Amino acid sequence: MNLGTRKILDRSFTAVGITSILLMAAALLVVVVPIFSGGIGAIFFKGTIEHRKIQYNEFEKGSRKVIDRQIAEVTPYRQEVYRILDAFEADMETMEPAEKRDYLSKYKKVRDIVAHLLGPIPGDPEPILLRYQYGTTRWEKAEESLHDLMFVTKWDYSNPEEMAKQYFVPRADEFAGTALAALFPYMEKNLDKMLLPEQTFYWGFLTERSLDAHIFGGIWAEIQGTFFLAVGAMLFAFPLGVIAAIYFTEYARENFFTSVLRSANSTLAGVPSIVFGLFGLAFFINTIKVSDSKSVLAGSLTLAIMILPTIIRAAEEAILSVPRAYKEASMGLGSTKWRTILTVILPAALPGIITGGIISLGRAAGETAPIIFTAAVSVGATIGVADVFTQPTPALSWNIYNLASEHEAANEIRHVQYGMVLSLISIVLLLNLSAILLRAHVSKKLKG
Amino acid sequence: MQMTAEEKDTNRVATESNATREIFLPPERERVKDGGTPHVSAKNFSVFYGNFEAVKKVNADILSRYVTAIIGPSGCGKSTFLRAINRMNDLIPSCYTSGSLLFDGEDIYGRYTDEVQLRKKIGMVFQKPNPFPKSIFDNIAYGPRLHGVKDKKALEEIVEKSLQKAALWDEVKDRLDRNALGLSGGQQQRLCVARTLAVEPEILLLDEPTSALDPKATAKIEDLIEELRGSYTILIVTHNMQQASRVSDYTMFYYEGDLVEYAPTKQLFTNPRDQVTEDYITGRFS
Ligand SMILES: Nc1ncnc2c1ncn2[C@@H]1O[C@H](COP(=O)(O)OP(=O)(O)O)[C@@H](O)[C@H]1O
Ligand SMILES: [Mg+2]
Repeated sequence: MNLGTRKILDRSFTAVGITSILLMAAALLVVVVPIFSGGIGAIFFKGTIEHRKIQYNEFEKGSRKVIDRQIAEVTPYRQEVYRILDAFEADMETMEPAEKRDYLSKYKKVRDIVAHLLGPIPGDPEPILLRYQYGTTRWEKAEESLHDLMFVTKWDYSNPEEMAKQYFVPRADEFAGTALAALFPYMEKNLDKMLLPEQTFYWGFLTERSLDAHIFGGIWAEIQGTFFLAVGAMLFAFPLGVIAAIYFTEYARENFFTSVLRSANSTLAGVPSIVFGLFGLAFFINTIKVSDSKSVLAGSLTLAIMILPTIIRAAEEAILSVPRAYKEASMGLGSTKWRTILTVILPAALPGIITGGIISLGRAAGETAPIIFTAAVSVGATIGVADVFTQPTPALSWNIYNLASEHEAANEIRHVQYGMVLSLISIVLLLNLSAILLRAHVSKKLKG
Repeated sequence: MQMTAEEKDTNRVATESNATREIFLPPERERVKDGGTPHVSAKNFSVFYGNFEAVKKVNADILSRYVTAIIGPSGCGKSTFLRAINRMNDLIPSCYTSGSLLFDGEDIYGRYTDEVQLRKKIGMVFQKPNPFPKSIFDNIAYGPRLHGVKDKKALEEIVEKSLQKAALWDEVKDRLDRNALGLSGGQQQRLCVARTLAVEPEILLLDEPTSALDPKATAKIEDLIEELRGSYTILIVTHNMQQASRVSDYTMFYYEGDLVEYAPTKQLFTNPRDQVTEDYITGRFS
């Protein structure tokens, strides 16, 4: 190959390389930016007076005086809404039965939206579910509801060749000429005065329990559950893994048995995590009954089995990378093998072992499948440390899935999902970062 | 110079197999006190790696408190022989021995020999300096701690004494808590010597201790060997013939696993008996 061709090839390879890296970065950005902005939105948003009421009533946060003053501020505006509703209801009583029936279903929708925005309408029975006891807590959600109130969504099916098209019709048209017609412009004009949106830093999102299945409140139970599960898994897997690695590298003879063990270990590392989940259910819960049903313990054990091969492999590599010379020096001074391992080999292998351990910890924190059948519940109380042997727990990974796919109000609480995703990513990143720092620290100590 | 019969006897190197070869110290090397008895004796001693015989039926006595150099072309079995003496070869699974190798009359490979105790008495310094990634103090104290010295004061004493013996004390006394890997190569190697001396061995095995060092550091190590001569039985593997002639009293020449010639250094270099030895020391091959 002549020089010119080679140079051109080199250049084009560089270009291809850079392009692929840029593409990856762009793809990452597309994923990370919404997660980040959405997740931040769970903590930093425009909160309404309803948010502050919940904070005060459920968590005793905020000041009674301020809330009372703000309630006094919004009450006259809300009263006007209720007056319009009452007037229309009174009008309906005087209508022909057919006309009344026609209005009744349309009016119910309006009334529901108003209740959703402002909380229960005075005179209605006190709702049982917490979610109906308060109005909308987030301003952007309130604006969405307002849009729902102002417009009826319709679908255009006229062209059978195409997908149906969405279009909006002002809801006021449905009530033209009635007392209710006044409601729509009034709501549009005065919604902010009825809800008093304020910029809110809601740190409680990270430290408070959820209220009524994440409709309100925070995600502390999930964060804590994730922590319990991951740390529990580490408590089992880390010592076991390191011991196994020592056995493989320092004690095992090269024979059939060892090579079977080795390849079993490699194979385990590649088994899909859902299989571990089923194994955990079948073995830890159904067979040896570590708990009657799902528990943190069973979940931790399952996660431990899942991350064990990774820990073993990382520790093995770390131990093998310790210079033979250290071992010879120690043995040459009259040290026993075991003592050499403890005082020379393990300390020197520590950075690698730690890295493997913490990366596994991150993986244990993030996995969903292994805990579906063994530990996770979608809505649960925050459990204490003593409950880990018997109680299941909510956890970030599982609840992200659950909120996105199975929650009855999934659309209403996107911000909670984003908040959870961001929390989980942050936890895993933080773990990895601490692994890097710890590793650097230990290596520096070793290098002097 | 006249010698008594007894003196002749104690200075005889070769064993029964070639008892006729009586060899003496060259006059310019001072004789050491209480030395010259067989400290390590090999009788038909072979070392195998699997089927490969790396050291072949060696018969030799290593004399106490003298410096014995082992020379020979690369791969001739120098390290193998050296490492056999403190059973470092045990770390290699395929390695086994035949014949006998005695240390103070006890079989090194005897069934009841505790290799851990043995290595305490027969210390080793390796080709590449291999300090532990610990502080200078902890490096030296590693051996004594291993053997049960816990008292801080006693440890400090041992560390100072060992570093002084290894001629390193003055250079490191102010930074004993620093990591040993921060020292220069030559200092590291002297640290390794000090670390070995700290467990008070009787024999020092040095496997090409200067091959990774610059000439200045090499000179320091050679001075150190000169200093330690007379207190320890020293075996040094080297492929540098000037070094062998400078530091050693006796020299063994190995060739393809055979101990071809073993004689006082001066004699071996000036008047080799074997043609192969002559070819090697005159540089006809290496
Ligand atoms: N671990 C081992 N396994 C198999 N053969 C070895 C091993 N170590 C050394 N040998 C062989 O034994 C012979 C002697 O090696 P060695 O004692 O290291 O030589 P030297 O130190 O004189 O250069 C060489 O042929 C070498 O290839
Ligand atoms: Mg060698």
